[in-house]
Amino acid sequence: MTWIFENWDRFWEVTGVHLRLSVVPVLIGFVLSIPLGWLASRSATARAILFPLANILFTIPSIALIVITPVLIGVKILDEINVIVPLTIYTIALMVRSVADALSAVPGHVTAAANAMGFRPLRRFLTVDFPLALPVTIAGLRVATVSNISMVSVGALVGLGGYGQLFTEGYQTDNTAKVFAGLIGTVVLAVLADGLLLLLGRVLTPWARAGR
Amino acid sequence: MGGWLFDPAHWSGPTGIPVRLLEHLGYTLMTLLIAAVIAIPLGAFVGHTGKGGFVVVGLSNALRALPTTAVLILVVLWAGLGDFPVYVALVLLAIPPIMAGTYAGIRAVDPVTVDAARGVGMRESGVLLKVEIPNALPLIYGGFRGAALQVVATATIAAYTGAGGLGRLVFDGLALQEFGQMLAGAVLVALLAVLVDLGFAGLQRLTVSPGLRPVGTGGKT
Repeated sequence: MTWIFENWDRFWEVTGVHLRLSVVPVLIGFVLSIPLGWLASRSATARAILFPLANILFTIPSIALIVITPVLIGVKILDEINVIVPLTIYTIALMVRSVADALSAVPGHVTAAANAMGFRPLRRFLTVDFPLALPVTIAGLRVATVSNISMVSVGALVGLGGYGQLFTEGYQTDNTAKVFAGLIGTVVLAVLADGLLLLLGRVLTPWARAGR
Repeated sequence: MGGWLFDPAHWSGPTGIPVRLLEHLGYTLMTLLIAAVIAIPLGAFVGHTGKGGFVVVGLSNALRALPTTAVLILVVLWAGLGDFPVYVALVLLAIPPIMAGTYAGIRAVDPVTVDAARGVGMRESGVLLKVEIPNALPLIYGGFRGAALQVVATATIAAYTGAGGLGRLVFDGLALQEFGQMLAGAVLVALLAVLVDLGFAGLQRLTVSPGLRPVGTGGKT
């Protein structure tokens, strides 16, 4: 713990990088998984393609995806995009299923009522289907966020930033306190992000607690 | 791009692909065995007694946030290089899904069934071993197979501290700037993950009572 206070500036700097590298992929992945999940909830063909594909993408180890990405998209190995692209892929792989399951679970009589009231498809999706799917979607988002925060560290094994840098530097200089500082930072960040999303879910879906 | 992978020179010798595959498989199976021995009794006990459920859920989530790289490095710094740090890091990774699956599986057993077992005079140990666990097996396997996928993928990191396994291809390839070798490592790990999952799917079919298979889906979970 003392390492954190003695090296406050450095700790803040890696915290900022770590946060950026884990939050950006979650946001991009989340936005992209909504149309994909919608597609999977509507068409059995889309499901038969997307779900197995998501499973296979998930088995590729993050370190492997991080070292392969720069060659595939033609950037330098030390570019932050090499962490952002793989983590976005993992987020989508995880979220497509959550979004699809959540949308499929919206009761048929609710969508029928919305249709009968004259809601057009886009408005019905935005104001009826999607809000009702939020609890399950946010549950998936929490898993994706926590696992992303934990996985960003892997990027440091090839020299990228974030708490993982404290791991590799601590390893090379035999400095246990430095590794420990990074570990604490990761866990605290994950717990905070998880709690924030839990809170956000409660605020956004007040009806879920009504009548209890 | 597949040149490195299909070069016969890379398929023999003490650092050949078969040796790395076996090392990787060894880490995976040993880790899963240790994790199962720890996590299944814990999950089963908490699921059976209903006490401390929040501890299991909380502990699972906290362990999930633990970065495996940091655990590996810390144990190497404390205990020195070797396979021991690899097992500590991977077992900690594998425990949460197995424990959560076991706990959820036992809790999900129909209380009527459990009551009936008590009603016909079974002891508590019999209720747990002969009724609850067999009925919970599909969810236990679910957690176990999730853990297996994570362990296969993450065992790659072991090579960072000089251990074996397919991660050697990734890290050696990185050091030598040999893209073909890195790619070969990545492809082989993904392939091994699929094979290990198929293996456990087969084991699941053999050990789970046919009565528990979902109706009309041919037993696919």
